[in-house]
Amino acid sequence: MTSVRVAGVGLTQFGRHPDRTGRDLFAEAAFAARADAGVPRQDIEALHYGNFMGALAEHQAHQGPLVAEAAGLSCPATRYEQACASAGVAARQAIKDVRNGESDVVLVGGMERMTNLETAEVTESLAIAADELYEVRAGITFPGAYALMAQAYFSKFGGEREDLAHIAAKNHHNAVNNEFAQYQREVSVEEALDSPPVAEPLHLFDACPITDGASALVLVSDEYAEEHDVDAPVEITGTGQGGDKMALQDREHLAQTPAATKAAEEAYADSGRRPEDIEVAEVHDCFTIAEVLALESLGFYDPGEAIGAARRGETTRDGDRPVNLSGGLKAKGHPVGATGGSQLVEMTRLLRGDHPNSDVVADAEVGLTHNAGGTVASAVVHVLEVVN
Amino acid sequence: MADSGYDEWIAAVEAGEGYYLECPEGHGSLPPRRTCPHCGALELGEEPLPESGTVETYSVVHVAAPSFQGDTPYATAVVDFGPVRLTGVVRGVEFDDLEVGTAVGVTVEEHETTGDPVVVFRRR
Ligand SMILES: [Zn+2]
Repeated sequence: MTSVRVAGVGLTQFGRHPDRTGRDLFAEAAFAARADAGVPRQDIEALHYGNFMGALAEHQAHQGPLVAEAAGLSCPATRYEQACASAGVAARQAIKDVRNGESDVVLVGGMERMTNLETAEVTESLAIAADELYEVRAGITFPGAYALMAQAYFSKFGGEREDLAHIAAKNHHNAVNNEFAQYQREVSVEEALDSPPVAEPLHLFDACPITDGASALVLVSDEYAEEHDVDAPVEITGTGQGGDKMALQDREHLAQTPAATKAAEEAYADSGRRPEDIEVAEVHDCFTIAEVLALESLGFYDPGEAIGAARRGETTRDGDRPVNLSGGLKAKGHPVGATGGSQLVEMTRLLRGDHPNSDVVADAEVGLTHNAGGTVASAVVHVLEVVN
Repeated sequence: MADSGYDEWIAAVEAGEGYYLECPEGHGSLPPRRTCPHCGALELGEEPLPESGTVETYSVVHVAAPSFQGDTPYATAVVDFGPVRLTGVVRGVEFDDLEVGTAVGVTVEEHETTGDPVVVFRRR
């Protein structure tokens, strides 16, 4: 089986671009990825593209061919919708596409346009990632659903809001140098604790912001990279995906995310790596509690143990295993359909050495990305490695 | 707009005749459902919903979607009724008194923003 190399990566600035169309945002990221890869556009054989709420936010479905055209491509283009894991599953399909020999060069990424809507409309749009009949009609919002998980975690394992505030502070600290991040500013633990409640125990600074943005990567087979002398030092060596019941009430666990555990186990087996091999990770911290659940599902911690990881300094930039050096969804921003792709972009840059925080993990050769959909009814995990 | 299966279930809970679906293995689930989500069994019968459940987790929501904006702040909970869990709004309990393990019953009431039916838990 061929191996899959990252030839180029691109992002837009994550933040508020209420007047920019989705097609324009994606084209910018795609152009950046193509320029970084140095691969001619005619060689791109497929586009795998993630988007969640475009039909609501822009009244635009069937976005695959639309954004391919905007990016200057003439190839089959498919949109994947998997809530916040849309670009994660798009990347997984792109990897399979290259591995199975179907394509040698693919473009993958995602886009979300959110700030053109009022906050209440965004809240309503995001909620449809939950079960409409049994959750949304019962008053569940997206923060509300994660709040139920946070309270379940506190009840089962312990922990308190201050533990979560340390995660927010850590991720904001990491975003200060990241030119693509929405919030390049510090947030103190006290500031996070004092922010207004959204869905208790979660407060405003436990939540990721509403964000516009796009991500893109050019993936190539190692044969293509060799033949065309493409500089592509990072390989995606593992991919995995897991699923769970849609509604929280139907899950076996309210304080654990088995879909992510399954995705991680599959990605570890695929790459031949184990949790202890992972030197740096980008995980799906749409809410601070989500980072805790992710670290436990990934096998970095036993259930109930990750709540204090940031507070103890284990996942901070000077800790043993830095998590979310990009700033995470919390500070970098969470343009839903673009997020899974942006994690792969950030990890590639961290491992290549051209990320503003690369010096934090100067010797790192193995990284991981974790992208969750909804309240982790789906999850995608990828392992990335530097090849010599 | 009608949602067959769900609408009948809401009406039954409102009438105090709530039920859940049970497969031959004893797994519980909620309609509409053609197969047991746990074991795939096709034979699903209706069983009465237990009268009392316990709060398994809860949240007080301050920022709502437009359809619930007039209800804020409100408490939501996932309540364990044994064979199934339900999600809904908790009424008649002071927020400070709400805790994991609180015993509640289930009913259906109108919610304040739109008057639509909503699953409501009240202390038993
Ligand atoms: Zn069954």
